Amino acid sequence: MHEMSLAEGVLGVVQDAARAHHPCTVRTVRLEIGALAAVECDALRFAFEVVKRGSVAETAALDIVHVPGSAWCMQCSRSVAIAERGDPCPECGSWQLQVTGGDQMRVKELELA
Amino acid sequence: MCTTCGCGSGQTKIEGEHEHTHVHADGTMHSHPHAHGHGDENHDHAHPEHHHHGHEHLHEHEHVHADGTRHAHAHDHVHGPEHEHAHEHHHGDGPAHSHASGLTPAQMVRIERDILGANNEIAARNRRRFEDAGIFALNLVSSPGAGKTTLLVETIRALGAELPLAVIEGDQQTSFDADRIRATGCRAIQVNTGKGCHLDAAQIERALAQLAPADESVLFIENVGNLVCPSAFDLGEAMKVVVLSVTEGEDKPLKYPDMFAASALLLLNKVDLLPHVSFDVKRAIEYARRVRPGIEVLQVSATAGTGMTAWLDWVRAGAARARERHQQTVAALRRRIAELEAKVAQQR
Repeated sequence: MHEMSLAEGVLGVVQDAARAHHPCTVRTVRLEIGALAAVECDALRFAFEVVKRGSVAETAALDIVHVPGSAWCMQCSRSVAIAERGDPCPECGSWQLQVTGGDQMRVKELELA
Repeated sequence: MCTTCGCGSGQTKIEGEHEHTHVHADGTMHSHPHAHGHGDENHDHAHPEHHHHGHEHLHEHEHVHADGTRHAHAHDHVHGPEHEHAHEHHHGDGPAHSHASGLTPAQMVRIERDILGANNEIAARNRRRFEDAGIFALNLVSSPGAGKTTLLVETIRALGAELPLAVIEGDQQTSFDADRIRATGCRAIQVNTGKGCHLDAAQIERALAQLAPADESVLFIENVGNLVCPSAFDLGEAMKVVVLSVTEGEDKPLKYPDMFAASALLLLNKVDLLPHVSFDVKRAIEYARRVRPGIEVLQVSATAGTGMTAWLDWVRAGAARARERHQQTVAALRRRIAELEAKVAQQR
C-alpha cells in the first residue's frame, strides 16, 4: 500500500502549484503512470480520495493517463513494447532488455479554476 | 494508525528523538518529534481535522481572537527535521473578501513533476552526505523472514573489528531487531514506520541525525520486510541488496519483479536448507536475470557460514571504493587549501 504515500506526494505537488496560482480551485489532477511503475491505480485513486479531504484539491477529479512499457532489446538492437517487467522481447524472446519507458509516475497537469 | 483515513505515516518513531505532545482546544492530541513556534500567543487553535505528519498539508483553521473577531486560516504544515510554519490568511467572511472561484475560466497548468520528487530530493541529499563522508550505504530488502537481521548480525561479527559499521533498522513496530544488532556492540537505530510499509528518505535523514555514522563506515539499512513497496523509494543508498531465502519460491523474482529490477545484488540465503526444500537455484537466478540482466548473485547461509566469505569481500570492496573516493576528495581539497594559503602568503 505505498499508494498512500504516492497520493500524499500527488497532493504535495498539487498544493505547491495551487499556492503559486492562488486563489484557485483544482478541478482536475492529471497523472501519467507507466505500466512498469509498480502502481496499483485503483489503490492510488482510493488513497487520493482520502488525502484530498480538507485540502485545496477537495473536489478535484483524478485523471490517470496510462503509459505503456517500453524497453531496448540488446539482441534486436531496437525498442520494443513490454507489458510488465520480466516479459521477454516480443520479437526474439530474449530477456536482455533495458527498460526505457513506462516506469514514470508524474503529475502531468492541473486544471485550475 | 490514523483512524480517519487509515494512513500510518504519522506514526514514524525514531529512537532518540524526543516528542512533544500538543493538546488542542477541542481536546485532540497529537505529538511531534520537534518544537512548535507560533508567533502569536493569543491564537487559539481549534483543529477540526486529524493531522497527517511527515508531509506537507494544507488545512483550514478558524481562529478566535481576544476581541471576538474570527477568521479562517489556510495553515500550512511542513513536518520535517526543520520545522517551518507558513500561514496564509483568507479573510472570506465579508462580501468584499469573497473569492468567486466558480466564475473564473478554467486553465490548464503544466506541472510535469515526479510524484516521488520530494522523496527523491531528500534521497539525493542523503546520497551526497554518504559520498561526502565516504560511507558505503546499502539498502537491504526482502520479504519478512528471509533472514536479513541474522545475515546482518553475522556480517557485523565478521567485519566489526576491521570496518566502522552502523545499522538503521526499519520495522513497523518494536525495537527487537535494533536490540539484536546492538547486542553485537554495533551502533544501531530503530525506525518504526507505524503502519507504513516501507522506509522513506526523510526517515533515513532523521535517523542519520541521531546515528551520525562515522566517516568511511559501512551503513546497512534494513528495510521493512516487504517485497513490493520499498522498491519505489530511494533512500540515498549506493545500492539495494535483495535477500531471497530458499524457503521461499524460486519464482519470487517474477512475482515481484520491481524489487529484483531495483537491486544490484541478489543474496540467495539459507542455502544450507537446499537438501530439504524443493528450490531450483538455477531457475531462481535465471528469473532474477530476466528482470535485471546484470544482477550479481551470491549464495549464502548466514547461520551455517556457507558463502559468507564472498559476501564479506563484496562489502569490503564497496567500502574500499567509497573510502578511496573520499580520500581523493579530501586530498584534492587539501591541495586546493594549500594553493590558496600560498596565494594569501604571497599577497602579504
